[in-house]
Amino acid sequence: MASGRMLEELLERGADYDITLFGAEPRGNYNRIMLSPVLAGEKTYEEIVTHDADWYRDNNITCRFGETVVKIDRKAKQVVSAGGVTPYDKLVVATGSASFFIPVTGNDLPGVVGFRDLDDVEAMTAAARKPDGKAVIIGGGLLGLEAAAALKLQGMDVTVLHLMDHLMERQLDPAAGYLLQKELESRGINVICNAHTKAILGHDHVDAVLLEDGTIHPADLVVMAAGIRPETRLAVDSGLHVERGIVVDDSMHTSDPHIFALGECVEHDSVVYGLVAPLFDMAKVLARTLTGETAAFIPPAVATRLKVTGVELFSAGEFDEDDGREDIVFRDPARGIYKRLVLEDNRIVGIVMYGDTADATWFFGKLTMAEDIGPIRETLIFGPAYQGDGLADPLAAVAAMPAEAEICGCNGVCKGTIVEAIADGADDLGKVRAATKASASCGNCTGLVEQLLASTLGDDFEAPTEQPVCGCTDLTHDDLRRIIKARALKSIPAVMQEAGWKTSCGCHVCRPALNYYLIAEWPLEYRDDQQSRFVNERNHANIQKDGTYSVVPRMWGGITTPQELRAIADAAEKYNVPTVHVTGGQRIDLLGVKREDLPDIWADLNAAGLVSGHAYSKGLRTVKTCVGTDHCRFGTQDSTGLGIKLEKILWGSWTPHKVKLAVSGCPRNCAEATCKDVGVICVDSGYEVSAAGAAGMELKETEPLAKVATEQEAIDLTVAFIQLYRENARYLDRPYKWVARVGMDWVRAQVVEDTDNRAALCARFEVSQSVYRKDPWAEQATDEHKQNKWSPLADLTLEAAE
Amino acid sequence: MSRWIDIAALDDIPARGARVVKTAQGCIAVFRTHDDRVFALDDACPHKNGTLSEGIVHGAAVTCPLHNWVINLETGMAEGPDEGQVATYQIRVENGRILLDASRLSARSAA
Repeated sequence: MASGRMLEELLERGADYDITLFGAEPRGNYNRIMLSPVLAGEKTYEEIVTHDADWYRDNNITCRFGETVVKIDRKAKQVVSAGGVTPYDKLVVATGSASFFIPVTGNDLPGVVGFRDLDDVEAMTAAARKPDGKAVIIGGGLLGLEAAAALKLQGMDVTVLHLMDHLMERQLDPAAGYLLQKELESRGINVICNAHTKAILGHDHVDAVLLEDGTIHPADLVVMAAGIRPETRLAVDSGLHVERGIVVDDSMHTSDPHIFALGECVEHDSVVYGLVAPLFDMAKVLARTLTGETAAFIPPAVATRLKVTGVELFSAGEFDEDDGREDIVFRDPARGIYKRLVLEDNRIVGIVMYGDTADATWFFGKLTMAEDIGPIRETLIFGPAYQGDGLADPLAAVAAMPAEAEICGCNGVCKGTIVEAIADGADDLGKVRAATKASASCGNCTGLVEQLLASTLGDDFEAPTEQPVCGCTDLTHDDLRRIIKARALKSIPAVMQEAGWKTSCGCHVCRPALNYYLIAEWPLEYRDDQQSRFVNERNHANIQKDGTYSVVPRMWGGITTPQELRAIADAAEKYNVPTVHVTGGQRIDLLGVKREDLPDIWADLNAAGLVSGHAYSKGLRTVKTCVGTDHCRFGTQDSTGLGIKLEKILWGSWTPHKVKLAVSGCPRNCAEATCKDVGVICVDSGYEVSAAGAAGMELKETEPLAKVATEQEAIDLTVAFIQLYRENARYLDRPYKWVARVGMDWVRAQVVEDTDNRAALCARFEVSQSVYRKDPWAEQATDEHKQNKWSPLADLTLEAAE
Repeated sequence: MSRWIDIAALDDIPARGARVVKTAQGCIAVFRTHDDRVFALDDACPHKNGTLSEGIVHGAAVTCPLHNWVINLETGMAEGPDEGQVATYQIRVENGRILLDASRLSARSAA
C-alpha cells in the first residue's frame, strides 16, 4: 500500500523514472485495511484493489508480481530476483511487515495463519466453510478482533486469546476494553484475557491451543494476530542499518544514499508504524525526495477505529494516567456508551470513545490543533451539539470547522484541501475522492465529506447518499443484500432481528424487497412469503380499480393458435369478461374477472395448454418478436424461434422489477427491441444483443452488450445479464436504472469479457429456475387453495337484520 | 347488545394476512396480525374503495393495494397525511375460534 501511494504521488509530480515494481504477492496493490470486510464477506477483493493492470500499463510501470527480490547488490546497484538481475539508480524498499508468530511449539502447523494479505484471508475463508469449524485468534488487538468478528459472521465458533488484562490495551483504557469485550461476547465470541499460550497442538494439522493454566481450546484454525514485525530480512542481508525496522531519516533515506524505504518496514526516530495515516505521509515525503524537493516526515497524531460492523469505537492520543493529566468521563451504561477525554493544560491529549463516536472527528480536530478548550470545558464532553452556537445541525458543525481540521485521517486530508477541490469543480463524492483521496481508504469520513460538499455547494449539491429502504431500518438496499449474503440470513425474521428492524414486522415497502432478496440469494432454501407479496403477485393477476382482476395467458414469443384463441374466447364468454384487450406485449388481456372466478378461469385455460403470462409480476413479462425468416422477406435469422426459446428459459423467474424482451429479425426492428430491458436484433452475421432500454416513464435506447455469432451465445448473454441484474440490483429498479448506477462497462466485463463468469451466472439462474420455472395458475387452481384462499372466510349474507 | 357469531378458526387466516366475511351489506375484512390479534373492518379503503383485505399487513396496520394508504386496524383511521376512516367491528378470539359481533351488521342494515 505504501509503495502504491508513493507511486501515485511520484507520478502526480511528473517524475521521469523508469519504474519497475517487484512484489512477492502475485497481485498488484490493494487496500490492506479493508481485508477485514473482505473476510467478513461484506466486500470483495475486486472492491479493494487500488491499482489494476490498466493503471500499471497506463503509467508505464513494469510489474514483476509474484517475483521475490532475493538480494540487493549495492555495489553494482542492482537487485537479484528469480527473473535475473535488474539495475537501479534509486531503490525503494517497501517490504512491509509480517505477522508475528509467537514462539511456541506448533506455530508452524498447517492451519496456523497470519492476517496480513489476501492469501491469509483466503486460507481463513476456506477454513470457515467447514461446518461447525472452530477458530482461535491469538491476540485481542485491532487485527485480531476484526478477524474474530469476521470469522464469527462466517459462521465459525470463535475464541479470542489475549495476553493482557483487557482488549486493545494499546488503544483503549480498561473501561472501553470491558464494553468492547461485552459486545463481542454478546455476539457469541468467546474472549479470554490474561491468556498465556503454551503450545499449539496437532500432528499434521492444528487441533487445539494449550494455555499455561492447562486449559485446551480446540481449533481448526489459529490466527496469529499478536502483532506485526517489520519485514527487514532483505535489508539486513544487504547490510543496511536496521534496528527494529529499516532505519530512515526524515527524508526517507536509508543508510545507503541511493536506497530509500517507507511503510511498515521502517523505523523513524525509534518508532515503527502500523497504521495507515503515517505510511501515506511517508509516501508523500519520499515522492518529494525522489523528485529533488526537500521534505521531512513529521509523525502525525493517529486515531484508531475498529472496522467491525456495529461496533463504534474510536481512540487517539495518550490516555495513560499521568501527573498533570485530567479526565472528563461520560458513561451511559444502559446504552453501552463510554467517552473519555484526557486533558493536559486545557488541551485534549487523548480520546477514547465507545458506543457513540459521532463527535470523534470534532474532538480529534481539537487534539491535533492543540486547541485551548478552557472556555467550553464544562460542556465539552457533550460534543459540538451542546456548545450553544447552533452546531447541532451537522452542516453548521462542519461549516464551523477550521480549514486545517483533518477530515480524512487515513490520507491526512484537511478541510481546506477538500473545500479547494470542491471550488475547482469536484462537485460529488467521487470527484472529491479522485482529487484529494479524502474518504478513499477506510471510508469512515464519507459522511463528513458529503456534509462538506453540502455546506460548500449549498443547494447545488444533490445529496447522493442512498436512502434507507424505509422507516423500519437505517440500512440501504445494498446493505441489505450484503448482510443477507454475508451472514447467511435465510428468513425475513432473521434479517429483521440481525439488522435491528425498528418495527415488529416491517411494512409494505421493506417486506416485498426482503422477500425478493431472499428468493434471489437462497432459491433452494428460502420459502417465498406470500404475506410479503403485493396483491398481484399473491393472486397471480392484476388488481383493477374496482377490485376485479385481469387475466393474461402466456403466448410464447407472441405466437398463438386457433385452439388457444378459441379457449380464450370461451373463457371470456363463460366468465362474463367485460373487456378483451390486445396488449403491447403481443398477447390478450381479459379484464374484469371476479376474484372468486380466478381459479376456475385458470383451470379452463390450463386445460387448453395455456399458462400464466405473469403480466402482474416483478419478473419476466414478455418476449416480443417479429416473424423473422419464417415469413418475412427481410428476415435474417429465426427471430420468432429465438424469442420462444428465451421465453421458455426465462419464464417464472422473479427479478427486482419487471423484465421485458424483444427479438427483431432484421435491423428494421419491427419488434422494437431497442427500448427493452434486453433486445436482440438479428443481422446476417449473427445477433446484436443490447440491454438497459426504457420506454415507460423514461425513454431510453438500449446500450450494446455484444454482437455474437450464434443463437446459443445470444441466449447465454441474455440469461447472464438477467441473472447479474437479479443478484445486484435494488428492488424496484428496472435494468436501465441499475445499469446507470453500475455502468455498462462493468456489466460487459461481467457477462461479455469474463466467459467463466457468464457461465457461472447462467448456472446460478438455472438453479433458481429449477424451483420457479412453473405455472402458478396450475398450483393455485386446486381445491385446497379454493378452500383456504379463494373462498370467503364465512358467508353471513343470510344473517337476518333484527 | 352484542351477538357473537363463531365465523372461523384463527388458523384459517394466515398470520400477517386477511380474509373476508360476506355480508348482505358488503364484505368485512378480517385481519390477523403477526402476534395473532384479529381485527374486523369494512373491506373498502376510504380513499377509492380499495380491497383492504388484499393489502400487506404490518404491525396493526394494513396498506391498501390500490394507492398505498395505510389504515390503522385498531381505529380504522388512515395514518400519516391521509385523512379518512373505515368502520370497524367488534371481534375476538376464544379457544382458537374467531367470534364476530353480528349486532353491528343488523344495526348497519337498519340504518
